[in-house]
Amino acid sequence: MNATASFEIPTLAQLLDPSFHLMKAIELWHQLPDIVPIFLTGVVLFGMVAVMGQAAAVVMVLMERKVLSWFTQRKGPNRVGPGGMFQTIADGVKLLTKEDIMTPVMDKFLFTLAPAIFLFPVFALYAIVPFSESLIGVSLPLGLLVLFALSSISVIGLVLAGWASNNKYSLLGGMRSAAQAISYEVPLILSVIGVVLFTGSGNLKTIIEAQSGGVLHWYGIMLTPLSFLLFYVASIAEVNRVPFDLPEAESELVSGYNTEYSGMKFATFFLAEYAGLFVLSALTVALFFGGYTSPFGGTFMQNYGVADAIVQAVKLPAIKPLLVNGEQIFWMLSKTYIFIYIAMLLRGTLPRLKPDQLMGFCWKFLIPLSLINLFMLGFAKQFSLSFLADGFAGSWVYLALAALVGIGGVGGFCHFIDRQFKAQVAARYHA
Amino acid sequence: MHLTGYPVFFVLLLFCGLFPFLLFAISQLVQIKRPTAYKHETYESGMKPYGEARIRFDVKFYLYALLFILFDIETIFLFPWAVAYEKVGVFALVEMLIFVGILALGIVYAWRKGALRWQ
Repeated sequence: MNATASFEIPTLAQLLDPSFHLMKAIELWHQLPDIVPIFLTGVVLFGMVAVMGQAAAVVMVLMERKVLSWFTQRKGPNRVGPGGMFQTIADGVKLLTKEDIMTPVMDKFLFTLAPAIFLFPVFALYAIVPFSESLIGVSLPLGLLVLFALSSISVIGLVLAGWASNNKYSLLGGMRSAAQAISYEVPLILSVIGVVLFTGSGNLKTIIEAQSGGVLHWYGIMLTPLSFLLFYVASIAEVNRVPFDLPEAESELVSGYNTEYSGMKFATFFLAEYAGLFVLSALTVALFFGGYTSPFGGTFMQNYGVADAIVQAVKLPAIKPLLVNGEQIFWMLSKTYIFIYIAMLLRGTLPRLKPDQLMGFCWKFLIPLSLINLFMLGFAKQFSLSFLADGFAGSWVYLALAALVGIGGVGGFCHFIDRQFKAQVAARYHA
Repeated sequence: MHLTGYPVFFVLLLFCGLFPFLLFAISQLVQIKRPTAYKHETYESGMKPYGEARIRFDVKFYLYALLFILFDIETIFLFPWAVAYEKVGVFALVEMLIFVGILALGIVYAWRKGALRWQ
């Protein structure tokens, strides 16, 4: 990935010289043939991302309503289209034509800006997650870091929405969700570092390729199951879902930061939340469950020559990559929807936490645990490195250290937390 | 030619930023507006809005934000550490243990001082 033009910092004399700027402008003009395709690629990518993001949200909203109604023995939406299939589309059209109400006490500019800031990073994330070998928007060398940097931008949207609404529920909801989102981001990123450590790369495609050997090579199952658990809990909290949905606690805060929102602006928040859930589930799959590879390693199309057989049968060599990529997209999407389904089951099952429990769970349990986990994975990585380098000599020391930190650290910490919790409960009953 | 990579991503970001405003503009065109006095009142569960909404809020939010900045910077340092680990080896491991250990002391301190208590 070499940049075509080398960038030099201009001196002050150059900056003050008009002809220097003219020369730079001409240089830029010569690079234009490069800029135009970049721009066009970006536009095409945006089109795909916008369609994919909205389609995923439409499917997921319907799925959530159906799953929740099965949970409570209802039929769920069943009027619009066969089995209520077009319910979400009808809702979308309704929201588009709804009146956009803004009260006179609001900050109208920020009120409009907030949902846009909330939505745009989530949509951009769709371009980083690889859905197959070829269906990946941009393969950035440090894709993971860009991903986390972007996902933390949406917190600004939440705070803005709460502040601009000039409503007490909105302000409280906005502050709460900001506190929650920033807190849970720490264990989220700390648990990913283990995976980056073992792969040696921040590129999602490289991480997926490293686990392409089937179930036993998936990080979430063999190497870092604790990282996976921490990541999944933190990601559920990051997208404000039950049991961590305090910002939208209907029973106390009406609807949280989007209380005053109506029409398309509300729909934007709604869309961004579901798109965020989709991206984080896809990321869980990419990091811990082999991404687009099948549970038996690679793809069936390549492993067992299925693709070749089909190509032989229809005599069209061009469709081979299509077949392989199609199977990869199938694995990626089915795994992603399994995790989305689990999130929906959690919503049907668990009660909501209290704010002090929510923040305590993050700072007193998840973050210390993910630090211990990081120590353990560091030793384990050093074991694998020195084991490969000089065989048996000193490498077992690292394994022993990893086991010590893993069993002693995690076990001891969980015991400590358990004692604290019991003391708290006891204090409450005696008071 | 390097069509994939960061330049494309920035173009994508630009359009993703404009997209919500396109949605709002379409909505403004097709919506039916019938304003009434009650619609333009701040929602407070059906009661008359009472006082100013931009109240002072608790200092605890700032405490959490401070702690967050500390740990977020830590993760930024840990990322290149994890990517380049194989090139540096044991030295990197020991250094990380010291670095994260100091930060872990920070969280123990905050815990003991009661900064993590939410009241």
